[in-house]
Amino acid sequence: MKLKVKVPGLPEAARLRRYQPGHPLVDGPVLIASAGGRVRDVLSAVIPSPSSPSPAAGEGGSSRWAAILFDGTAMRAIADLGKLHAFTSQTFRNLRPSGRLILFGTPPEDCSEPEASATQRALDGFIRSAGKEARLGSTANLMYVAEGAETVLESTLRFFLSGRSAYVDGQVIRIRPAKPVPTQDWEHPLKDRVAVVTGAARGIGAAIAETLARDGATVVVADVPAQGATLTEVANRLGGTALQVDITADDAPQRIAKHLVDRYGGVDVFVHNAGITRDRSLVNMTPEQWTSVLNVNLQAQIRINKALVEQKVLRDNARVICISSTSGIAGNRGQTNYAASKAGIIGMVQAMAPLMAKRAATINAVAPGFIETAMTKAMPFATREIGRRINSLNQGGLPVDVAETVAWLAQPGSGGVNGQVVRVCGQSILGA
Amino acid sequence: MADLRRAAILGGNRIPFARAGGPYARASNQDMLTAALDGLIARFGLQGQRLGEVAAGAVLKHSRDFNLTREVVLGSRLSPWTPAYDVQQACGTGLETTIHVANKIALGQVESGVSGGVDTASDAPIAVNEDLRRVLLQINSAKSMPQRLALLRKLRPGQIVPETPRNAEPRTGLSMGEHAAITAREWEISREAQDELAVASHQHLAAAWKRGFFDDLVTPYLGLQRDQTLRPDASMESLAKLRPVFGKNGDATMTAGNSTPLSDGAATVLLSTDEWAKQHRLPVLAHTVDAETAAVDYVYGGEGLLMAPAYAVPRLLARNKLTLQDFDFYEIHEAFASTVLATLKAWEDSRYCKERLCLEKPLGPIDRSKLNVNGSSLAVGHPFAATGGRIVATLAKLLAEKGSGRGLISICAAGGQGVVAILEAA
Repeated sequence: MKLKVKVPGLPEAARLRRYQPGHPLVDGPVLIASAGGRVRDVLSAVIPSPSSPSPAAGEGGSSRWAAILFDGTAMRAIADLGKLHAFTSQTFRNLRPSGRLILFGTPPEDCSEPEASATQRALDGFIRSAGKEARLGSTANLMYVAEGAETVLESTLRFFLSGRSAYVDGQVIRIRPAKPVPTQDWEHPLKDRVAVVTGAARGIGAAIAETLARDGATVVVADVPAQGATLTEVANRLGGTALQVDITADDAPQRIAKHLVDRYGGVDVFVHNAGITRDRSLVNMTPEQWTSVLNVNLQAQIRINKALVEQKVLRDNARVICISSTSGIAGNRGQTNYAASKAGIIGMVQAMAPLMAKRAATINAVAPGFIETAMTKAMPFATREIGRRINSLNQGGLPVDVAETVAWLAQPGSGGVNGQVVRVCGQSILGA
Repeated sequence: MADLRRAAILGGNRIPFARAGGPYARASNQDMLTAALDGLIARFGLQGQRLGEVAAGAVLKHSRDFNLTREVVLGSRLSPWTPAYDVQQACGTGLETTIHVANKIALGQVESGVSGGVDTASDAPIAVNEDLRRVLLQINSAKSMPQRLALLRKLRPGQIVPETPRNAEPRTGLSMGEHAAITAREWEISREAQDELAVASHQHLAAAWKRGFFDDLVTPYLGLQRDQTLRPDASMESLAKLRPVFGKNGDATMTAGNSTPLSDGAATVLLSTDEWAKQHRLPVLAHTVDAETAAVDYVYGGEGLLMAPAYAVPRLLARNKLTLQDFDFYEIHEAFASTVLATLKAWEDSRYCKERLCLEKPLGPIDRSKLNVNGSSLAVGHPFAATGGRIVATLAKLLAEKGSGRGLISICAAGGQGVVAILEAA
């Protein structure tokens, strides 16, 4: 558990609603409004008994909303944005703790008219500001749903409505058309899926493995041989298998590929989580510190992905998820090597996404911000407190928050999300 | 009876072997064997599965561990419905358990099983003084208080001195090293030859660790990540500095460098039918072919304590119509460097082969480049009952890497016994 430190003058962090098996999708009434968009039907189908804004009750009245959703996909003129303002300004204050404001738009780059693009892009600035104004653990996120992608929206909608997205705030997600894959059991969306997690012996990696197993996946947990003892415990706890491998070894891609083909006939989900830090200011950084971080965090992923693709280890509908970092987006003092590697991951993800789409597969990056782990526990007090608080939710995230995001991207139904970077940072002020 | 089936070796898991009194000093046999078994379960995804059986054992064993292996299974992630039993055949234990499980698989009695062994020289049992034990037992069975009081008066201060296990043969009073020293002198095994074998063992083991050979054979335990005895920088010069510890004369050759140290550790091996392996999507590394156990009369028969494998191997070869040269790998347990060398020399000696082994001609030399290619007990350490499992899993993986061929395992054991076996690539 997180160590709670009260600092006078600083707001206390809200307790976030986090998902537990059996929890409902949302913990209260959901309000849906639209400016005549394309996704309204999907929203109504997913949410059991949605409410609509009633003018009599003054756009939502006195209800306390668990979530307010606005379909802005059809907005094409700046004047349309007035509807968004009118709706949200009335209802935003009535969000429950850990409530959700979710906007739906059309990708600006898909709009033909400059004003339409401008209108849609305006949602981006709006949602990021709303996220900063949200209180008591509420979040604000924007989904740009491309024309034809309505059929693959559900897994993403469910993720953002539920407690699974507790620490994902101020994010803009693009959903593109993809082959729809029906999900039978939303409690176990990863049933019959084989998932590999590297760096799974401890911390975020162990949480990812645990979450994927909870969602029904058969997990293969991998880590360096030196971590074998704890890796064994993770594997045995989750009913998975332990693979001791140094991912930087020459034969590692081959060994991993062979292991997956021999034992499982392939793999559905591959989570590149293994990573190291060797922090040093640029002028003091040795070649060894530089190389080891680049090798483990980036080069190994590229080599493994190459083997997985070339040897057809990835099955149809495969999901590759690479753990990046907000350091790779915003940069961080003393982390030129680490930030370079984590930014490189984003480049790799974006380059591979079109190739993956050809096989109905996806590749995405998840960029954690300040996550409470053994590593952050070791930070000096002031640095830690600042890191924790410089985000809209006023607190650090938990490993499970990263894990839930990975599990959402891993779902067969998340084929519409490809080549993207999702930050799990509580809308940290670091990194756009 | 059903046709014989081939027993497949699917892999193994052990913990790094530690020096006695080292990182495992406070770990019991049960702790270590459970760790090795749980690592095997994690590697092969056996959680909650009911296997045919688990056979394992320990040489140095507390009386409370009478059901050691079953207790280990109950404490592991295997299904508690998996039966288990203990075997104890000195240093042959680990290989003997593998033979037991393989034979049951061959006969159709079980579909899968785990063999193995464990030993701790650190947590060795210390028994109550024999005089004290007798008095205590009498007190326990006494029927009245006066009888008990009378017995209590028999207690003497000297009875406090406990019985500690000794690394000595009960019938000769000689330690194993002293026995081995006699054999070394008989066969004129030089100090250089012994040190050479020891250096090779360390170098081979170090290279195997370096290339990741043990990544899927060993799981770290209690912070130890690699076999503790291993000295990658061992050299003829460094070994030459050691003083002899076994043998009394000026020509003593056996040192701490070319003898195995007292060690702690545990090893396990997963075996099954080919069918079971296929159902579980587990690649087969090797198959067991045959095995033989021999014993020699080292008390009155004029044979060396550790020379039984010299007898077991030719019997095994004859039954399988093989020559000693028909192997791609030789795994000869390095209890002492001199033991390996004396055994090899014996097989090349026409008089010995004729008179002792009753062979028309000697078995001949082996290609030494095929001997203990990834190191053996001198470098790895030798927790007695764990050595067999270590060797079986190592050889099975070597055969799988090569993709063909066969290997010979030879393990000498206390009491003048020897257990040997043949594996072939899947």
